[in-house]
Parts: sequence; structure tokens; C-alpha cells
Amino acid sequence: MKDFSALKKNLKRDFSQLKAIKIALLGDTATQFLQNALRGTGYDYGYDLQIFEADFNQIERQIFDPASELYEFAPEVIIIFQSTHKLLARYDKSAADAQATLAGTQLQLIDSLCTAIRSKISAKIIYYNYPEINDNVFGNYANKTAQSFLFQLRKLNFELMQYAANTANFYICDISSVQNQVGKLFMFQPSVYVNAEMVLSIDALPLVATATLDIIGALYGKFKKCLIIDLDNTMWGGIIGDDGLENIQIGSLGIGKAFTEFQYWMKKLKNRGIILAICSKNTESVAKEPFEKHPDMVLHLDDIAVFVANWKNKAENIKYIQRTLNIGFDSMVFLDDNPFERNIVRELIPDVTVPELPADPAEYLEYLYTLNLFETASYSEQDAERTKQYQTEIKRTVEQASHGSENDFLKSLNMLSLVEPFNKFNAPRVAQLSQRSNQFNLRTVRYTEADIEALAQSKNNYTLSFTLEDKFGDNGLICVIILHKENNETLFIDTWFMSCRVLKRGMEDFVLNSIVAIAGQNGFKYVKGEYIATAKNEMVRDHYLNLGFKPQDNLWILATEDYTDKEIFIKER
Amino acid sequence: MDKSEALQKVNAIFIDVLDDEDLVLDYTTSADDVEDWDSLNHIQLVVAVEKAFKIRFTSQEIQSWNNVGEMLDCILSKGA
Repeated sequence: MKDFSALKKNLKRDFSQLKAIKIALLGDTATQFLQNALRGTGYDYGYDLQIFEADFNQIERQIFDPASELYEFAPEVIIIFQSTHKLLARYDKSAADAQATLAGTQLQLIDSLCTAIRSKISAKIIYYNYPEINDNVFGNYANKTAQSFLFQLRKLNFELMQYAANTANFYICDISSVQNQVGKLFMFQPSVYVNAEMVLSIDALPLVATATLDIIGALYGKFKKCLIIDLDNTMWGGIIGDDGLENIQIGSLGIGKAFTEFQYWMKKLKNRGIILAICSKNTESVAKEPFEKHPDMVLHLDDIAVFVANWKNKAENIKYIQRTLNIGFDSMVFLDDNPFERNIVRELIPDVTVPELPADPAEYLEYLYTLNLFETASYSEQDAERTKQYQTEIKRTVEQASHGSENDFLKSLNMLSLVEPFNKFNAPRVAQLSQRSNQFNLRTVRYTEADIEALAQSKNNYTLSFTLEDKFGDNGLICVIILHKENNETLFIDTWFMSCRVLKRGMEDFVLNSIVAIAGQNGFKYVKGEYIATAKNEMVRDHYLNLGFKPQDNLWILATEDYTDKEIFIKER
Repeated sequence: MDKSEALQKVNAIFIDVLDDEDLVLDYTTSADDVEDWDSLNHIQLVVAVEKAFKIRFTSQEIQSWNNVGEMLDCILSKGA
């Protein structure tokens, strides 16, 4: 990780090609350096963070005053940093009964801040939680005493989690966890605090900025989807081809324990929706044997979406995995104990994240914990099904190869789609897909769950969500349309994104039939589309052209009365 | 380490932190003489000096120096 001085040098670089995001930073201590660290780290994440920094200790004024500079600036993200030191100062001045209710009082204040923001703008809020200060007035007995500062502080951090769980667009940046990782002596330097009113040490700034950018990245669609793992000395100890099934190290003894715990971690990731893939230099049947037969293996073949074991170059194999899954290289992480393989992949596919695993497997997990590779801005129960969906997709690909014509193949799939407007049941998945879709996304406007629920109620829009199932399995919700009533004649396609898993099934045609049907039923003469280019959506550049739209002023127009329904092989459920 | 060696080392730190390759310090240089040496950057400079010399200044010391020479005396008094 770059130190603060290096981040500051980033500030002089050219930000003009980067995606601009307007950020407001509100703190109750000095935040100038934090602002520098955020902008400098943002550069390395590919963002031009345009940061409005409120004057010192102005959180309440900026938020409660409807005419404040904050609202004039109109940020997309608001970072609120209330420090433990200021909380402690308030505690110190309070009477005993107020001390015993400090957490509740503070949470009420936070809630009123968020409510005030929401009544004015729809910015996302990132709230820094509270790194611990133990004043040791009660010693260990603080844990039994509601009046102690430590008791209230921990209660507040916990209740903030509950508050975040129930509050849309409110995200906790867990700087308490950062302090646990590096220690308070590292996180806080008293002389800097006394002289400059800064509660973060210079060395802690890059860590806090990174934690913040991880959240911003996830909110704006930058996160990991796939973990690719080597086998020998990464998944288990030893070399399966040389040592044999009985002698590889895994289980509860010695170094085997490290690999077992590592596998449990990967299993948790898989259940959270991260796709696991294997990339190993091995004979395939030999490589699969432990997954099938070893009693101590935590991961089994059905946990793995793509299993590649051969003697080819690993960069080639990772490219194959990428083509199979159809996700970006920058959403992939590759773990391998061998520095040579790591370097080849770094060299040939620089977008893949390749952590520098420690030499000792006992340290793998602790090291990986510190990297926070798998930040997310959403989670739904469907995520656990993702691996299965990719596995069935691969079966489909195999079957397709056996069919003569494409239409015969599509017919044979018996595809069914459920078409519904947004509602409270599909809103979480719609929002999640809005954040995840990069390639098949015409305008790449991101919507959160709260936005989606608001759109469901809006009278100026029609909303559509599509699922797709076939004889191999259910893909779940895979496509989203938002149609905006531009005027009495024209419906504007504000949003069209689709999961790349269902490409080449005629889904685009099915969706367009649905759009035109809505336009026709409601008396609109034209459907208007727009393509906004990003670094990732090249694949849909000619989307509207291919569907028969006519170009007009950088937009695409379709006259509904000229439209004849396209031939499709998907039935509506 | 003698004072002129310490000056060289501190000069290099200033060049890095203030990102100014042409910066030349002497014992009499004060914050007024260096464009970017404001109170905020002072903190970053002090922390960088602490790290390079493996010392810690007290909070009072940080605000007590009138020029680079006094800072160097303080560094050397800590046995660096």
C-alpha cells in the first residue's frame, strides 16, 4: 500500500480520464489530510473524487441547514466522520445518567442527520464507526457497567450495524476494524492529535482511505466476482501427483489445519456468491481425486464453477475461465503459492488481482483477511446459487455444440420468463444487478434498492424485470428495463441491462417485444434508446442498431407502428 | 551523526514530503522561507523526520523550533 506521501503525489496526476464522483467529507476533527488521502487513493482506484470538505466541525450545520454549501454542492456520496475523541469529550461532560445512555443519544443524532440528508438529496452515506478508546476508569469491570465509556462505545458500534442493516443507502466504514488490525499505537499519534486536531496518524490515512474507497468502488460496480485457486500447496499441502491421495496435507493435524481453515473461508465466499474456479498444472483426473475421495476436503466438485487442470500456461487457462464465465478480468482474484505462476499471470493479464501469498501457508488466511478483496454493496440469498447457475451454463454450452441450428437449440431449451414490474420482492435483486452489470448495460446508471422502490411507485415510469429459466435450471432475475415517459409520444429507455449469462438466447428480442407492447398499449408512438459508452460496455454499442432502431442525434428511435414482433423461443410464465 | 549530516538527511525528507526537488535548507531556514511549509505540512514533515531518525518528539517540541537549526539540535539531543 502506498504511504501518505505517495498518495499526495498522486494529486498532481491527470484525473481528466477518470470517472468523476462528487463526495462530501464532513468531520468533527481536522480532515484535510484525509481528504488528500481519499483523492490520492481514488486516483489508484480509477476515480476522480471531487471532494467538498466542510469547514472544521460543521457536520450538524451543513446537514440541518437546507441552504448549506453541502446541498449546493449536491454530492453523490457523503462521508461522515465523527471521532471517538469527540464522543469521549461529550461523555466526560455528561452527568452519570446521560453517560449510561450515550450510545442511544448518539444513534438518535446520527438518525436525525440521515433523515435530514434524505429529505434533501438521495446521496449515499458512508459513516465511520468508532475505533475504541478504553479510558480504563472501570478497568475490566467496564464490561459489567453500562455507565462506562467502553460499554457505551461498543454498544454504539453494534447498534450502528443494526441501524445500517435497516437503513437503505447507509454504509458503515469499519475503521474500528482497521484499528484492530494495526493497533492503536499505529492508528493514533497523540502529538499529531494535540498539534493538529487529527485523530488519524499519518500512517493510518492510506488504510482509512482504502477502506472508504473499497465501499465507493463496490457502490460504483468495482468488485470481485471470482476466486481462482491453484491446488498443490495452495488448496492442500503437498503435490497430489507425487505424494498421492493419502499423503497430501489437509485435516486437523499440523499444517493440514491451515489448509482446512483456508477451504472453509473459500466455502463461505462461495456461499456469499463468489464464484470459485480451479486453475492447476495437473492431470485432470488426478487433480479431481481429492475433491471426490479425501474425507477431510471441505470443498467438493459442486462448489467449483470451472475446473481447469492441464499442463498449459496458467494465463491461457485463466483466459479460458474468463471466457467461460464471461466476467471482466478485473473482477477476478488468482491465488497461487508459486511466485513464477503469479508473475506470469500478472505480466500477461494485469487486470487480474494476484495477491503475494506468504511463503508459509499458515499465514495465508491472516494475510488475505487484511486485503479485504471481496467488498460488496449488496447481498441477497440468491447469491449462494450463483455457482450452480454457472455450472448449468457450462452444460448448456456443451449441449449447444451438439445441436445443428441455433434455433433448434433455443427451442430445445424450453425457456420461460416471468415478466414483472419492480416490487418489494424483486427490488433487492434488481438493485444488485444494477450495481453488477457492466458489459450489457446501455447507460450504466446505478440504482440502489431505495431508488428501485421509489421507481416502483413513480407514475412517470414503467418498470420491467425479467427472469429466465430453462430445462437446465433457473437463472433468476437477469434483465431490467426502466422506461421513462418523456412526453405523450415518446418512451425513453432510461435503463436496459442484462446479465451476460443469458446472452444469445433471444432475450433481447423478447425484451424488445415487451417494451413495444407497453408502448403500444399506452399510446406511445416512439421508443427512444441511448447508448453511453464506458470502458466496459463495448458489446452493446450497436445494440439498438441491431434491433432495428434508427439513429437520430446520437440517440436511437423506433416507431412502434412499424414494428413487427420478433421471433422468439421464450414463453412468458 | 553530526549536525551537517542531519541537515542533509532532513533536507532529503523535506524534498520528498513537499515534493520540491530544488529545496535547499540551511540552519537558518524557517517556515516563512519555504512556500509549502505550512502548519499542516509541518505535521507531515515532523512525522517523516521521526520515522527516518527513529525518534519521537514531544507535542511541545513540535511547536517550539524557530528554524531548521533548532529542529536539528532537538533531533541530535535525542541521540540520533
